[in-house]
Amino acid sequence: MISVSVNNEVKQCDDSRELSELLREWGFECEKIAVAINGDFVPRSQYSACQLKAGDQLDVLAPVQGG
Amino acid sequence: MTETTNDIWRLYGRPFSSRLLIGSALYPSPQVMCEAIRASGAEIVTVSLRRQSPEQGGGSAFWEQLKGLNKTLLPNTAGCHSVKEAVTLAQMSRELFETDWLKLEVVGDDYNLQPDPLGTVEAAEQLIKLGFKVFPYCTDDLVICQRLRDVGCEVLMPWGSPIGTGRGLMNPYNLQTIRERLPDMPLIVDAGIGKPSHAVQAMELGYDGILLNTAVAQASAPVVMAEAFRAALLAGRLARLAGAMPERQTAAPSTPTLGMPFWHQQ
Repeated sequence: MISVSVNNEVKQCDDSRELSELLREWGFECEKIAVAINGDFVPRSQYSACQLKAGDQLDVLAPVQGG
Repeated sequence: MTETTNDIWRLYGRPFSSRLLIGSALYPSPQVMCEAIRASGAEIVTVSLRRQSPEQGGGSAFWEQLKGLNKTLLPNTAGCHSVKEAVTLAQMSRELFETDWLKLEVVGDDYNLQPDPLGTVEAAEQLIKLGFKVFPYCTDDLVICQRLRDVGCEVLMPWGSPIGTGRGLMNPYNLQTIRERLPDMPLIVDAGIGKPSHAVQAMELGYDGILLNTAVAQASAPVVMAEAFRAALLAGRLARLAGAMPERQTAAPSTPTLGMPFWHQQ
């Protein structure tokens, strides 16, 4: 198990699991979010191939009102 | 009215009839937001991305409301303080909102949310190379506007005054100079518009459009204010097309002086 930060909240996860699985486990709907890891954009098409490392910082963003 | 019947303008090749771009934030309720946006006549709505927990619905409700409005979306990079942040957020927006349009904001100073001019130019250049259609929010600096044009921006959005201040056009001279020096560039005054009269002034200066949010969203009656801005943009645009009379230093009577009564040769 490794620790990662998801929207500034520490989460434990298995580093062998795909990002898409983890996102679903954490309650996110992949088609309604966009993801960056350590400040770099991760396209949805790469979720399946992406595996997290200890200490990774994830930003999982969703649409909000804007000016 | 014949001159405005087909008063279409184009942004990155796409035609629009409304010259108002409106934000989706700060409304008293989602319902008021939808009603105000419809009343404004705006065809382009700005949106953003933020962290949201699944427990909050992950932005689903807002996303559904947006789709219901059937408007062109213009995602922003509000709050980004670096080129890197802005480019990353832009890429995330493109994927989620399925548009390569982007309102680029790179904050240079938190006190007045003044855009970082150098960072904005650098980010614009990178984003255009990545295929984005960049709408840069910038200061009313002619040379920065020219640099943004040089890196490939096909529209510019200088501020009227800092975001959310409602102070109107702080420096009409600067805005007018940009208009005169970049006569063919679509120009939008973005930020600082507080009242419809500010929008009229900008349109009379020859600006092609207005982007605003707080002025409508924080009005006592947002839907009515949205209608007021719709009318104001039309008034300002018509005035620009009509051509205002030249200002004079001294009075000139409008009523004929020939035949003036009560005057007799002494």
